[in-house]
Formats: sequence, C-alpha cells, structure tokens
Amino acid sequence: MPDTTSSFDRGIRRPFQAMLAILLLTWCGQAAADDALDPADWAKIAQEGRGQVVYFNAWGGEARINAYIDWAGRQVAETDDVTVKHVKIGNTAEAVSRILSEYAGGNTTSGSVDLIWINGENFAALQRRDYLYGPWTAALPNMQFVNPTQPALENDFGIAVSNMEAPWGLAQLVFLHDTAILPAPPRSAYELLNWSVANPGRFTYPQPPSFMGSAFLRQLLVDLTADRSALRKPVSEVDAAAVTVTVWNYLDRLHPLMWRSGVAFPQSTSAARGLFADGEIDITVSFDPGEAANGIANGTLPKTTAVYTFSEGTIGNASFLAIPGNSPNKAGAMILANFLLSPAAQARKADPAIWGNHTVLSMPLLSADQRKHFKALESMKGMPGPGQLGPSLLEPHPTWTAYMDEQWEARYANGD
Amino acid sequence: MTGPGLQLDGLAARLQGRRLFAPLSLTVLPGQVTTVMGPSGGGKSTLLALVCGALDPAFQGQGRVLVDGIDVTGIPTERRRIGILFQEPLLFPHLSVAGNLAFGLPAGVKGRRARAARVNDALRAADLDGFGARHPATLSGGQRARIAVLRTLLSEPLALLLDEPFSGLDAGTRTRFRETVFDAVRRRGLPTLLVTHDAGDAEAAGGPVVQLLPEPAAEAGPNGNGKSPL
Amino acid sequence: MSRSQGVAVRAAPFATAAVLTLPVAVGTIGIVLPFGWLDGLIAGGRGGGDWGMPAGAAWAAFRDAPGIGASLQVSLTSALASTLIALLLVLGLTAAGQGTRLFGLLAQAISPLLAVPHAAMAAGLAFLLAPSGWLFRLFSPWATGLTRPPDLLILHDPGGLALTAGLVVKEVPFLFLMTLAALPQTDAARRCLLGRSLGYGRMAAWCAGVAPALLPQLRLPVLAVLAYGLSTVDMAVFLGPTTPPPLAVRCLHWLTDPDLSQRAIAAIAALVLLAATAACAALLWLLARLAQLGWRWWIWRGLRLQADAAPRAVALGLPALFTALGMSAILALLVWSVAGPWRFPDALPQAWQASRFASHLPQLAGPLGNTLLLALGTSAIALLLTVGCLENEVRRGLGHRPGRALWLLYLPLILPQMSFLFGLQVVAAALGPGPGLFAVGWAQLLFVLPYIYLSLADPWHAWDRRYGLVAVGLGAGRLRVLLRVKLPMLLAPLLTAAAIGVAVSTALYLPTALLGAGRVATLTTEAVTLAASQDRRLLAVYAVLQTVVPFLAFLLARLLPAALQPGRRAAAPA
Repeated sequence: MPDTTSSFDRGIRRPFQAMLAILLLTWCGQAAADDALDPADWAKIAQEGRGQVVYFNAWGGEARINAYIDWAGRQVAETDDVTVKHVKIGNTAEAVSRILSEYAGGNTTSGSVDLIWINGENFAALQRRDYLYGPWTAALPNMQFVNPTQPALENDFGIAVSNMEAPWGLAQLVFLHDTAILPAPPRSAYELLNWSVANPGRFTYPQPPSFMGSAFLRQLLVDLTADRSALRKPVSEVDAAAVTVTVWNYLDRLHPLMWRSGVAFPQSTSAARGLFADGEIDITVSFDPGEAANGIANGTLPKTTAVYTFSEGTIGNASFLAIPGNSPNKAGAMILANFLLSPAAQARKADPAIWGNHTVLSMPLLSADQRKHFKALESMKGMPGPGQLGPSLLEPHPTWTAYMDEQWEARYANGD
Repeated sequence: MTGPGLQLDGLAARLQGRRLFAPLSLTVLPGQVTTVMGPSGGGKSTLLALVCGALDPAFQGQGRVLVDGIDVTGIPTERRRIGILFQEPLLFPHLSVAGNLAFGLPAGVKGRRARAARVNDALRAADLDGFGARHPATLSGGQRARIAVLRTLLSEPLALLLDEPFSGLDAGTRTRFRETVFDAVRRRGLPTLLVTHDAGDAEAAGGPVVQLLPEPAAEAGPNGNGKSPL
Repeated sequence: MSRSQGVAVRAAPFATAAVLTLPVAVGTIGIVLPFGWLDGLIAGGRGGGDWGMPAGAAWAAFRDAPGIGASLQVSLTSALASTLIALLLVLGLTAAGQGTRLFGLLAQAISPLLAVPHAAMAAGLAFLLAPSGWLFRLFSPWATGLTRPPDLLILHDPGGLALTAGLVVKEVPFLFLMTLAALPQTDAARRCLLGRSLGYGRMAAWCAGVAPALLPQLRLPVLAVLAYGLSTVDMAVFLGPTTPPPLAVRCLHWLTDPDLSQRAIAAIAALVLLAATAACAALLWLLARLAQLGWRWWIWRGLRLQADAAPRAVALGLPALFTALGMSAILALLVWSVAGPWRFPDALPQAWQASRFASHLPQLAGPLGNTLLLALGTSAIALLLTVGCLENEVRRGLGHRPGRALWLLYLPLILPQMSFLFGLQVVAAALGPGPGLFAVGWAQLLFVLPYIYLSLADPWHAWDRRYGLVAVGLGAGRLRVLLRVKLPMLLAPLLTAAAIGVAVSTALYLPTALLGAGRVATLTTEAVTLAASQDRRLLAVYAVLQTVVPFLAFLLARLLPAALQPGRRAAAPA
C-alpha cells in the first residue's frame, strides 16, 4: 500500500484500525498462510488448495457459459477438492468495483473475489493500483501448452500481461447473418450504413457500456480512424475529439436507420441475439466466432446462420483470469485457472455445442492426440474455417473504452 | 291490487335453496306504520334488503314490491325512492350537520343559497335551529337520530323502512323520538314498514303487526341469516 | 421459565424497533459517507480519490451527467402515474363492484398476483407485450399481416409507459388487498345502502359514504407504492427506458462503477430520490386536498349520478383487464420455460422442452437454496418478533393502536429502498467483509417484518381473550396459554403471515443485490441478471420458480391447518 503511510500517525485512527485489524484477522485465520504461498511450488499449491472455496466472478449473462463454468467446477471438486462458486455478475466492472471498495475499506486479506474473468480496462484498473496477486501464471503446469509471446497474449489492450493474468480465451468481433435471408451482408462500416438506408430498422447493437456495445464502438473507432497510431496512446495524450469525430458523424447517420430508430437498444450480446433469433433484426454482433455454430447446435438459431467480419478485419482480443491480491483462496484459484487451461477444458470450451470459444492453446505445443479434438470442431456447421474471417485488428489503448462509452452516453443516452 | 302505499306480494328469500321465512304479502297504506316482528335472526334484515333492493347476491329473492302501484322489483335501490333508517344514525363524521342534510336534499334544488335555505328550514321545523354548522360528534344520541330522519325525509321518499331505529336510545329519548318519527310519517302520508323485536315499538306504531313466520316445511335454524350463534 | 418469557415478551417491541429503525438510520446516515468526510478514518488514510469526492464536486458531476433530467423525469412520472392509476383503479373497482358476485370473483383472481415477484411479473409482461411477444404472435399473421415482428417501441420506451403499466399491474393487487382489509372497519355495506336509499347511484353512494373512511387507512400503503415505484430497479431493467434509464437504475450503476469516486454521485442520486419521494408525497397530499374540495362541493350539490352504467363498466373492466394482463404474463412465463424452438409468428412453440428444469437443476440449486433459506429464516424471525410485540400489546392492555407504531413499521416501506440500502451497503463495505447471507437476511427483515406484523395484528387482537381466561382458570400459566391455546387457535393466520413473509422475501431484489455484494445469489437476483441477456427460456425457468415458491407457501398455509387439526372446522365456534 504505497500511499497510506503519510497520514498514518494521526492518533484518532489507531484504535479504530487496530480493532478493524483484529476483526479481520480473526475473521479469516488463513490469511497468514497465504503470505507463504510460492507460485512456483505447484505441489504445495495443489495441497494448499484442497478444501478451499473459490468465488469465481465471471459474467453470468449467458446460459451456455454458466453451464460450462458449472461443469468445470464439478471437475475440480472431484479431482482437486476445490469448490467453485460462480458469482454471476452482469458486468465485470461490478466485481472490480467490489475489490476496489474492499481495499478502500482496509480489507486486504479476505476479499470476496478469488478469481475474476477479466481483460482490458478492468485489468488495467486493478493492475495500476497493485491490487492483483502475482506474477503467478508461469508456474501453472498447463501453461506449457500456451505460447505466451504471441501478440494477443503478451499484451492486453496494449498493457503488458507480465504473468499477472492467465489466458483463457481468444475472441474476435464478428457479425451474424442468416444466409437464407441476407446472402450478401455489408462488409464494411459504410456498407452497413448504405444497407441500413435500404433496410431501416433491421440492425442494432448492444447498448454501451455493456461489454459488446463498447466493443462495437471500438470497432468503429479502429475502422473509421485514419491515423490508427493515435489509438495506441492514452486518450489524454491525443486530441480525442478530433480523432473520434468521424465515429460520431457516422453514428448520427446510422442511429435513425436502426431498430427502434436508435431510441432503445438491446442490453447485451445475448439480448441482441434474441432479437436476431426472433427475426426483429437481420444482423447482430458478437465477440465469439463460435456464436453461430453454438446457436445452430442448440437449436436457438436457424441452420443457415453464419458469421462474417468486415473485409478489412475486426478487432480481436484475449480474455484472462486474474487473482485479486486480497483473495483468501489463491491456491484454489490457481488450481481452477490451471484446470481451465488444460487441453480437455479448452477443447470442451471450443466445442460450439458447449460454448464455441477459441482456444488460447498453441496447436504445435499439443500432442497429436490432444490436437485431434480441436481439428474435429472446425468442420461443424456455422463454424468459420481457417482463413475465412478477416484479420484480427489490435485493440485501442484501454483508456479509449471508457472515453468512447462516456461520449456515447452523453450523445445518445441523454433523453433527447 | 294496485293503489297507493307500499305493497309486498309473496316476498321471500332463499339461501342455498332453503327459504328463510314464509312468503309475506301485505299492504302498508299511506301514513300507516306496519310492524313486522320476528325472533332475532329470523330474516328481518333480509326482508328489508328485499324491499329496498339490496339483497346479498348469495340469496335468491322471489315476489314483488310495489310503491304506489308501481312494480319496483327489478329497479335498483337508488331509483326506488324508499328511505331507510338504521339502528345507528350513520351520519357522515366528515361532514357538518348541514352537509349531511344537503346530501339528502334532491339535486333538483339548485343554487347554493336555495339549498342552504331548504336545509335551514328543515332544521327550524325540527326545533334544531342553528345546528347546521355543528359536527355530528358534538350532538346527543337523540339529536343525531333526528338529523338522520331529517336527511331521509329531505330526499323525498315515497315509502320508509325503519330497521329498529329506536333500539339504540335510552327510554326517555326513545319515546320522544318515536313520536317525532311517527308524527312525521303520518303528516307526510308515508307508508312505513317498521322492523323490530320490541313489542313497545309495535304498540306505539299503532298500525297492523305482522309476525315473520319461519318456513313451515323446513326446520329453520337460528343460523338463517348467516350469523354465528355466539 | 415463565419470568424469562415475560421478559422476552416485554423486550420484543424494543427488539423490533431496533431491527427496523437502526438499519434505516444507519443507512440514511451512510448515504453521505462517500463525500469523503470519513475517508481518513475508515480507509486508513487512503487518498480521497479512491473512496469518494466532496459533496460539491459530486453534485456538479450529478447535475452534468448526460440525460440526468430525463432520468429524474421518467422516475417521477412513472412512479406518480402508476401510483395514481393503481389507486384509482382499485377505488373504482371497489366503488363499482362492492357487494356483487363479480367483485368476489375478481378478489379471488387478483390476490394470487400479489404473490408474484416484481421481477417475474416484469419478465412475463415483456414476453407478452414485446413486438415479438405473445400478443403479436397470437394475432399474426392472420389479423396483422405480419410475418416479422414490427419495429415498434413498446418496451423500454423513453416515456416509461411500459414501466408504468408494469408497476400498475403489480400494485393493483397490493392496494386492492389493503382495501379489502380496511373495508370491514368502514361499515361499507350499510353506508352504501344508505346513500342509495337517498337516491344516489351505486358508485356515487360509495364515494360519498365509504371513500372518506377508507382513504385515510390507505395513506401508508399508497406511500409504500410510491416509494417502490421511485426506487425500483428490477422492474425498470425489464420494462423501463435505457437511454437514459430511470434514476434508481443509474444510482445502482454509479454505485457499482469500478471508479469508486462515482459512489459520491450515487450518494447524490440516493439523496435526490429521497427528496423526490418527499416531493411526490407532498404532491399526492395536495391532490388529495383538491379532491376533498371537489367532493365537498359535490356532496353539498347533491348530484345523484344514478346513470352510472358506463362508468361502472369501465371501473370493473379496467382492473379486470389489468388482472388478465398479469395472469397472461404468468402464463407466458410458463410457456417460455418449457418452449423449444419458437419462431415468430407461431402462436405456440414448434416443440416443447420440459427437460430444461431438470438440466438446469445443478445451477438452480444454489439460488433456490439461498432463496428458501432467506425466506424461511426471515419469516421465522419476523414471526417471533411479531408474536412477541402483539403479546406484549395484549398483556399490557395497549389494545390495537395503529398510529405511531404503524408509521415505524412502514418506515422501511415508505422510504425509497435505493436510498437507505445504499447507505447500509456503504457502511457494510466500510466495516469489512460484512456482505453475506447474514447482512442480506437483516436487510430483508426490514421488509418482511412489517408485512408479517400487518397481516397478523388483526387476527391476534380479535382473538377472544375469554379462552385464555378459561385456560388460566384451569391452572395454565401464560406461556402454556400462549403455546397450547392461543397459537394453535391462531394457526391459520400465523401460517398466512408466514406465507406473506416468504413471498416478500422471495421477491426482494435491491436488499439482496446490494448487501449480498453479488455473493448471495437468489432466484430474483439471477432472474434480473438474466434480464440483460434476454435468454427467454432460461429467464422463464427462473421466473417460474420465483413464482412457485410463494405459491407453494400460500398453498401450504391453506392446507396445513386442516391437515394438522383434523375436525377443527366442525368443532370451532365459527
């Protein structure tokens, strides 16, 4: 805690803090044990994690993901005696906020979050304040199947990962269309606008600052900005208004042509997919190339659904697992993270019938046997084949996310 | 069969197929007070409800009610022009005496001044001059009862039902109030049906007395009107 | 033994008052914590930026937040309009229907809707009314010609009409049952008959004679409805506007923002909600005074208003319509919970999937367990406290005094939940790892206790004390009288009160979400989380379960007395 000592000598606070400290220490006696945790000594961690209850804070708005986490929890309960409680949050920021307020309240050893599904601005927020545990991921046995120097895993929205979070999944922004209804979908931002002129009310995107809404805004930002080097820098270092003016001009023209004339928006990816499935819209966005295949597999999307990207590519990123510094169950969290990285767990996650999320494992590092399963998935209906999607574009600096969300809110959610 | 007055023609009520009392037929002439007597719970209140058209939907009524020769059986309470006086005066506590009386006055009397004049006239005629601004809660029991009568009479009914209106009063007040009511009834020529279990009331009314008989065929229990025996 | 229970009985009202007022007081004070005053004290000297910001800066940020005026406006209009409409519907229904067979039928049809949690009702209405919802499907394409859902702004409209309608559907049953409970004390039947015998129409007679006696008794329930409307998050998430959302929803967003300084803005929003509630209450009072003036003029004028057939049809028809809407919404939930593929505009799913409940059982078990634990736990504690309070009132001859005690009971219900729960959450977070089942249980108790007390007070006081005297005469002590005579005789109202407690606890969203800090998942919090996903099938599963819990409770409350005390009916003196 870097900035706490300066005013430490104010007398009135001492008794209060002492009381608090005693309270906290008695509350969770195992806090002391955590200090001795050595991330490199896996055998000790595996032993220490036995019997721990891990509160895994992960976005819970998607039934298939919840079911997958539930499955993973049952696996580690059986093999490692770790109990997983999935805290289904509506937005990762909720959990980050909780960690921050715990630290603000002096709770540095018995936090309520043990493992968190995270990336981008949320990772940056915790990392900047030194509220994350680590580095810890290098010692995970299953990291042997990961190539940590590949660009998507080395940097998270331009912030160095430095073994502070374990990779979990790869994603790229894709659009879904029904090939039977819309055989030739618009393949650039301006094609989308022109198509909307001819087909008003048939497109929408989830409302920022939801995860997908923010991502769509960043896609437009990357797509419509001439000088992409400005996006590598923090917002404060560039003339953000000048950089983003094309995006707002674009949206000013697009919104009146959208579903509900851009007055109401779906609140999440799955809400937008629901509208797509109901036939209210013809194109929807997702951050999951396996989305169409999954929907076809479980019967919620028509068999003719397919994914595509803009021809110049769409933004892509990786998502990670991190352990807050005040987690009382770090060993258990590491065991769960390791399991989620195992070829078996990653293969199941990649199966569109289960979830359909791209693996972070490197195929060359896997044995032929382990690879076979991943290969089989590529032929599934609705799954984009290798090279079928456009290139994956780099995410802007994390500060852009909040900036775009705020600007969007001020322009389009002001009640006018 | 037709003529002035209040006429009941084979009036009876059934609850789940069972008749509460033997069908009742009688004629009350204008200015006459006919008393219906019966044991407690013998269906007296049901009879009153039948006459004024407010029978609980759980009962089925039969027979006819005629007012001045006009069959009002299918007509709703508010169009029958049959006034009721209950055991309690039921003055509205949120209104002054004048407000309570104005409530009874027909809407045909228009204009604030005209209505106030009619209300004051009525109060003066009843020796209650200057009571208009008073609040019902500040009146004696007898005064409240008389205001209730005034309110009903102001509504210009064609017939009057009295549901034991004297039983809540002490002996002295009771005698005087009875006189007031019967006097008003006679003066206005109102056919009046008095329901009571008090022989003194019946005697003072001076009119015919009819006993409400239990239905002969069935063993009419004391639960006839749904009240508990306790 | 007898002495200790005597002490317990005497302590009960104090315990109850503490349970109710302490958290409300702490919560109300806690609202201002994020203004940085206690920064150093609590956060161990951590810089102000992490814990809040000064009130002035927070106010400026609140005032300049985009669309804040629109947020406040939609909160005010939807809460005020829904309160007024629900009240008028209930008064109209009672005026037009009291004493008729239809009224009895409606009373039976409406009451089950009270048990349906807000979130489930909102979800069901969304399923029903959306352009791709059941209503459009039923009439398409044969009547509307639509083969695709129309692009109509029905849900989430910026004016908050959908939210208002949802609130009305949910509040009509509440106000109606409150009215039914208050009616016996108004001598309604005879007052109506009197008015009608003076020539007034059915509705006019009711308005003249019964309404003035009834309305004062509805004052607190109406305020509770108003406060709920202003701070609702669960219904707003399903039906309310999103660009921008109502104020309570934005308050929750600020509260959960990763940037902790935003909590100070949330605190301003909580205070504004508090002020808005007071302003709306004042406005309602003003409207009531105006209505009173009009009423007095009408009484003096003596207008009979006999021709009320059309108004009566409307007054009976509208509540019936809203009831039908509520029931259809529940039906829509049931259908979606077992629906397989279902494309627009098919009126029914192409296939059914009853297996969904079974396949989601592992995920449902946790939230269901928490829901039941909280519902039963809070109801049991609330019943204990209530019985203690009531017994104390009876023993000390205090009689049944509404008045001040009633205001105390209603306090948590007439203050906006968002405001004082926000403060409670801030205090809980500041004091360390407080959040959990215990904190949620306490917060829920604030809402469960008043309802249990309100439902049990009347039967408790109506109990014939002579039975107790008889038992004492036979040598029984007070505790024995309570346990062996009174409680068994009052078993039915006790169980009904418990069922009401279960229904209230199951439906609570904000107390659970705020004090559970996301770790206490109940059917309600899961359903609201799923609202964002619009996974209709899974959402329906949660909403159906959420509805089933209180229904089972009421069913048990109805069946258990007969099962436990066979022959009771015949032996009991009515």
